[in-house]
Amino acid sequence: MADLLLARSGTVPSRPGGPRQAAADCAILALRSIRLATRRADAMLTALLMPVMLMLVFGYLFGGAISAAIPGTGYVTYLAPGVVLTCVMLGASTTAVTVNGDATAGIIDRFRALDINGAAFLAGHVSAAALRNAVSAALVFAVAVPMGLRSAASPQAWLAVAGLIVLLILAVSWLAALGGLLVSSPDAASSFTFFLMLIPFTSSAFVPVATMPHWLQAFARNQPATIIINSVRSLLEQQPAGTAPWLAVAWWGGLTLAAAALSPAAFQRRAR
Amino acid sequence: MTDRPAVEAAGLTKSFGDLAVLDGVSLAVARGSIFALLGRNGAGKTTIVRILATLLRPDSGRATVAGYDITRQRRQVRHAISLTGQYPAVDALQTGAENLQMMGRLSGLPARQARTRASQLLEGFGLAGAADRRVAAYSGGMRRRLDIAASLVARPAVIFLDEPTTGLDLPSRQALWQMIAGLTGHGVTIFLTTQYLEEADQMADRVAVIDGGAVVADGTAAELKARTAGYRLDLVAAGTAAYSALLAALGPRALGRDPGRLSISAASDGAAASVRALLDHIDPDRTLVATFTLHATSLDDVFLALTGHPHQQSQVQDSQGRPHG
Repeated sequence: MADLLLARSGTVPSRPGGPRQAAADCAILALRSIRLATRRADAMLTALLMPVMLMLVFGYLFGGAISAAIPGTGYVTYLAPGVVLTCVMLGASTTAVTVNGDATAGIIDRFRALDINGAAFLAGHVSAAALRNAVSAALVFAVAVPMGLRSAASPQAWLAVAGLIVLLILAVSWLAALGGLLVSSPDAASSFTFFLMLIPFTSSAFVPVATMPHWLQAFARNQPATIIINSVRSLLEQQPAGTAPWLAVAWWGGLTLAAAALSPAAFQRRAR
Repeated sequence: MTDRPAVEAAGLTKSFGDLAVLDGVSLAVARGSIFALLGRNGAGKTTIVRILATLLRPDSGRATVAGYDITRQRRQVRHAISLTGQYPAVDALQTGAENLQMMGRLSGLPARQARTRASQLLEGFGLAGAADRRVAAYSGGMRRRLDIAASLVARPAVIFLDEPTTGLDLPSRQALWQMIAGLTGHGVTIFLTTQYLEEADQMADRVAVIDGGAVVADGTAAELKARTAGYRLDLVAAGTAAYSALLAALGPRALGRDPGRLSISAASDGAAASVRALLDHIDPDRTLVATFTLHATSLDDVFLALTGHPHQQSQVQDSQGRPHG
């Protein structure tokens, strides 16, 4: 058996290291994460059902009460970006739990023993998370259109909307993946959900900031979730967005870079 | 590198906070051999393996693996070794083949060769029939085999197996022993940890016993057995008073005791003359000892002698230099 399995006569694999190695690792690990994601029925169901559920609940159940406070095109158009944000936050919890699953199982040691770069490891997870969240986001719009989403926005504006949403997804997925790597157990990772859900509810996701208590308004108006949601809305409603889209890019791009930059150290630290 | 040990460690120490886990571990493992690190839970086995596999840095001490320094040449060490830990490192939601192909790709094999390598390993580990089943449906023994197969994808020179058979039933354990034994050759070195004496006895060329963060004995299984004099004399006292008197007479030579059954164990070389001399010495009036039995020392006795009764350690070490008594 040793002949067959261990003789160094066959092709001895080599890992030259460097950025190309990291890119190759990332691609292999992304395929793994995507494959695993398609086989986790519960997480997949959340990703597919949640956008539909939230659009229906907020659009039809709460929409009647809220729409009176909404100026402009109607609540469904107002709502869609907020539901995208909420779905991304819910998806983040799945990401954190999945990464933590790797970190608390033996597989992270094997990856580390292979000298896999921490950023490549998390990027693999982020790729799968991004794909899952992109499907959720697309579903929000797929449901929103028959519900009454109206937009005469130009193709360029739609492209900008897509770009902002992708950036949001990347940032939240990186942060969630990093969080999942740092916390000690899957339970701790899943309790992320609670804090993440505070973000849309304290933003302009569902209701205008002006309707919130005064003490909350300053935070709600300036927090990055509100900035990106308002940018997307302005683009959809063809309102002048001002510098908001650039501010959103700075916020969420900055968060993405920070999370990515911290990941190699977090990966090394993981096993003490 | 041929004559250099595959693993060589000197004075490794490691503490987690106030807890000193390793307290100066030194060991050497010959290239191409199977080496077993024997110890109880919490003895520091996993910490040693993780240090040697470069996943942990020692607080002090030095070690080389496959000729490379574990702190200054981590990268080279990592290329030369594989590690299979106590926790499964395969994906339950991927099939056996998918898991091995992924490890092959991560090890740097092109896709086609990763597939060939995966089927080779599945075949070699008796998993060919389960290649396309998800690991979630594997038995514990199959999963462990896949785990070890996954660690061999890159043809490592030194294979670390941390408690490879823990949690397996006896047939799976025996099957795994055979497979591990079959891996030696071509200069491949196997470094395994175990809590099972039987495992160390059956598989390993050399055994080191670790306790309290230090190696308390090492040698071949036969040498270790010889250190506790080869035989164990079990005495059953005639009564409680006799039990106490015998215990006092034996002093540090009492290796084990069971007050409930009034039995005491002592080391012996098994010769009739020395057994007679011992009995005459501790029981001159021939009233204290009711019955006695003589057993060939098992590695269990060695383990008990070395780790079970810390105050007797010095006595066992004495046995290297001079006979008991």
